[in-house]
Amino acid sequence: MNTQFFSDTTVMTRRSLRHISRSMDTIITVTIMPIAMMLLFVYVLGGAIQAGTDNYVNYLLPGILLIAIASGISYTAYRLFIDLQSGIFERFHSMPIARSSVLWGHVLTSLVSNAISVVVIILVGLVMGFRSSAGVPAWLAVAGILGVFTLALTWIAVIAGLSATSTDGAGAFSYPLIFLPFVSSAFVPTASMPGPVRAFAENQPVTSIVNTIRALFAQQPVGGEIWLALAWCVGILVIAYAFAMRAYRRKIA
Amino acid sequence: MDETSLAIQVHGLQKSYGKLRVLKGVDFDVARGSIFALLGSNGAGKTTIVRILSTLLKPDDGTARVDGFDVLSQPARVRESISLTGQFAAVDEILTGRENLVMIAELRHVKGTGAVADELLERFGLAEAGGRRVSTYSGGMRRRLDIAMSLIGSPRIIFLDEPTNGLDPEGRIDVWQVVQGLADGGTTVLLTTQYLDEAEKLADRIAILHDGTIIVSGTLEELRKLVPPAKVEYVERQPTLEEIFLAIVGRDKKEQR
Repeated sequence: MNTQFFSDTTVMTRRSLRHISRSMDTIITVTIMPIAMMLLFVYVLGGAIQAGTDNYVNYLLPGILLIAIASGISYTAYRLFIDLQSGIFERFHSMPIARSSVLWGHVLTSLVSNAISVVVIILVGLVMGFRSSAGVPAWLAVAGILGVFTLALTWIAVIAGLSATSTDGAGAFSYPLIFLPFVSSAFVPTASMPGPVRAFAENQPVTSIVNTIRALFAQQPVGGEIWLALAWCVGILVIAYAFAMRAYRRKIA
Repeated sequence: MDETSLAIQVHGLQKSYGKLRVLKGVDFDVARGSIFALLGSNGAGKTTIVRILSTLLKPDDGTARVDGFDVLSQPARVRESISLTGQFAAVDEILTGRENLVMIAELRHVKGTGAVADELLERFGLAEAGGRRVSTYSGGMRRRLDIAMSLIGSPRIIFLDEPTNGLDPEGRIDVWQVVQGLADGGTTVLLTTQYLDEAEKLADRIAILHDGTIIVSGTLEELRKLVPPAKVEYVERQPTLEEIFLAIVGRDKKEQR
């Protein structure tokens, strides 16, 4: 890590952010699906869901945010794949620059664009009745967890972007990630699920992350759940980063 | 020729993709400030050589030195000396032409990035289009921008991989003029092409790559001596289609050079 890395990463990130600002439709696409899901669950299915809460929007929002991030990161894979296809990836790699800045530009852009989607969805949530008494530290904790979660999934997207053979393939890896919150405590309490499903739901990363964020928003004690959530995020991040670097080295070797 | 007068030295270069042996021992040298053309059919291995020389690909065997630096042991130094214009215009479609140039100037730590960009836009006839997104550019404009991006930071050696592929006749002549101008300014140019006339027009030396090795190399004069001497014949010379095309679309022949 040196000054060259930081200045090159700044240039790469600015480039990638321009892509985002010039295709706002990507952010709209990313936010509209989770918002539609939120409307569906609150106003259509919500009446029949026994979540044991008087404000279902509060219950639902953390899971919706995770779905938004899981679908948002597929654009990182897509953009990286386009770079590889267009030859600009090779142009950058034949230049005297810190080579890894090519990847970091996309990763940092993913953090920014997902942060924008998350803010938009929280605003829509507020309109729909989301209320939180959380103070600044709790909000910062939520931002931190969502940030690490985004980073972890973005590095998975980097693997997909580097190893995809078609644009469809570059995006398709995110479907299982988007689906994961459905088999968790995001929409209904896991206690209502049959044995094996419940066992899976209670032991997959989304449940601990959702429970932690929900507790933070509600000003309730998070207990050990927050450490479990962070352990999942950091664990996925480390493994995804290692595999992404392997895919990257294979690409440039 | 001594070591320092050589911009590129390639010896015994080998590369296979799986069982397919693309390069079977390639040797050639390129003198500083010259234009060297690698001529070969599609799939002859021209791009593989360019990718090895620009540190994007590692050779299986053999050595390659660019500007005196070994591509395997000193890749970062090689990248300081070179610029690559790949087979397909490697430009950012979503950015404007000017933004593309500024971006490369920033990455190369050139001073006065805006001025550098404007000067290049002017020189490559893109001044008006500079503020437009590259996705609206024609193939020829993209290629010109692509080459303009390669010139930023005045690299000593420039690789052009099939620079005129897919261009119309005027676009080709534009590129030829740029290449000639580079060499006149002391830049070493290695270009690959499958067009015989392109190599003939531009190159100081030509190497023909066939089936993984350089089968002949030399100046055009030297290559001419390899075939039986020319017979003097008188034929009525018809204008080529290219000449007709250029005459009709109003391009002065002196301008082509």
